[in-house]
Amino acid sequence: MNSLALSFELAACVAAILLLIGTPVAYWLAYTHWRGKFLLESIVALPLVLPPTVLGFYALLAMGPRGPLGKLWMALFGHGLAFTFSGLVLASVVYSFPFGVQPLIASFEAVDRKLLEASAVLGSGKWQTFLRVILPLSLPGVVTAGVLSFAHTLGEFGVVLMVGGDLAGVTRTASIDIYNRVQTLEYGEANHLALLLLAIAFGVLCLVYAVNRRVWTPAWTRWSAK
Amino acid sequence: MDTMEREVNSPTLVARIQKKRRADASFILDVSVEAPPGITILFGSSGAGKSTLLDCLSGLVRPDAGKIVVGESVLFDSALRIDIPPQKRRIAYVFQSLALFPHLSVEQNIEYGLRDIPDQDRRSRIEEILQAFGVETLRKRKPAQISGGERQRTALARSLVTEPSLLLLDEPLTGLDAELKAAIVEDLRAWNEAKCIPILYVTHSREEVDALGERVIAIDNGRVLSHGAPMEVLDAPRRKRLAQAAGFENLLDATVLDLREHDGVMRLRLGEGACEIEVPLARACAGDRVQVAIRAGDILLASERPRGLSARNVIEGRMTSLEQRGTMCVARVDCGVTFVVHVTPGAVRTLELAEEQPVWLVLKTHSCHLVD
Repeated sequence: MNSLALSFELAACVAAILLLIGTPVAYWLAYTHWRGKFLLESIVALPLVLPPTVLGFYALLAMGPRGPLGKLWMALFGHGLAFTFSGLVLASVVYSFPFGVQPLIASFEAVDRKLLEASAVLGSGKWQTFLRVILPLSLPGVVTAGVLSFAHTLGEFGVVLMVGGDLAGVTRTASIDIYNRVQTLEYGEANHLALLLLAIAFGVLCLVYAVNRRVWTPAWTRWSAK
Repeated sequence: MDTMEREVNSPTLVARIQKKRRADASFILDVSVEAPPGITILFGSSGAGKSTLLDCLSGLVRPDAGKIVVGESVLFDSALRIDIPPQKRRIAYVFQSLALFPHLSVEQNIEYGLRDIPDQDRRSRIEEILQAFGVETLRKRKPAQISGGERQRTALARSLVTEPSLLLLDEPLTGLDAELKAAIVEDLRAWNEAKCIPILYVTHSREEVDALGERVIAIDNGRVLSHGAPMEVLDAPRRKRLAQAAGFENLLDATVLDLREHDGVMRLRLGEGACEIEVPLARACAGDRVQVAIRAGDILLASERPRGLSARNVIEGRMTSLEQRGTMCVARVDCGVTFVVHVTPGAVRTLELAEEQPVWLVLKTHSCHLVD
């Protein structure tokens, strides 16, 4: 399998998992009145400021044969977690967590509270209100969260290097591949891949900014019930 | 349905609520309210606790103590630990912001509360309410694409289509011109002719009270000040804050000079000046400091000293300012204290009123209200 396809597969898995986990976390953070909320917010934002090698290092320890995750994985599936694709997905989910969660929090918080109260008075419980009001009104945020965590995973290097090693077809992603080729002086090949990643990153950011400028979204998302 | 039957079946709201405001520990809402079928107006200045009261009734906010009953059903009882969630209270609540769902069409907004109703019944109820509130031609439009009045109609329709047993309206018609407002209120009344539920209508506008009024509950600083017919509650204000809210432009400090029990009046000196007026007798002693409230519209203005009047108070003064506001002129007259007087532009022309001119004010004794 070539390294770019592997990167795409990894990024798609991470984005999907982050939307699934990130949505309830973001919902809770957006609506809780708990005083200790800042603790969880700090934890969510931690990967933004942590060197990838630090995060990768602890991920590697946890996933190793004597680490808690590694042991658990061994008991469940009969093989280790470090230097596997699953391990890479897990570490990347942690690393891209803020990119998946923060846009969701922002868009949930932007939904007018009165709409939620109106929904409650009209007979809808929390779950119904989420599906019928919050989610449709947060669509740009959901798109942003998905696209940003996809793009961020596509470009990661340090974490992948630490927990993935460099196994061709298993954990050798595009960014690692570029590094390898530079090391072996295959500048042409490296340039080829690097240019591709650059174009993808640019395209993805264009998409995010366009969605948030409401270039393609319908008129109603621009209107808030004030 | 005849009247008797209606009275038996119609639910009445009876509530006693105590609630501290989280952000402001000094504020305590502590009220008992009762609203029979029909429109009951909840009147008070902003911050008086009207919205908190509605939030408690609807179940969005949990009272610290109290009991809420609509007809036979107990919705909240702190003693029995009953607290029905807002979803199950069958109370409709229209906010000042209306809170229409911006991503749904008018029709989808109205359909929102009917999820558990069988398809056929749901269709007929939607059609009926679309017509009753005159929004059937707008059904496919989004809230952003319709006018303010149409939004207000849609919000009412969305709440009422669920056939609630109580309707709460939190200043839903602010910002509409009088004609549009009257038309919507007319539709609301027509609808309630058949359904006969209690409607609590929050406002701080004196005009709305006059237009809607059947019963008024006046609230200030978390307490019920008074309740009854609008005339009784608002035209004889007992308290200064209520007087200001009810639109008494003149609120003057005065000293009691003497009581004339057999005439049913007493004389006051206004401010520190020499200006004296006669007001209805109240519990007071000579020398007491009191306040008197007088509507700017209740004062007559004359360009010559009037004679042969029944009114006991004729005060000489000097016009200090005269400005036109809309279809009304506001005059300020210095009589030792300054009075605000409303006159029509026609009167200004006929009397050739101008600033700096001497004028006479005429006050009926019973237009002067003592306030606490």
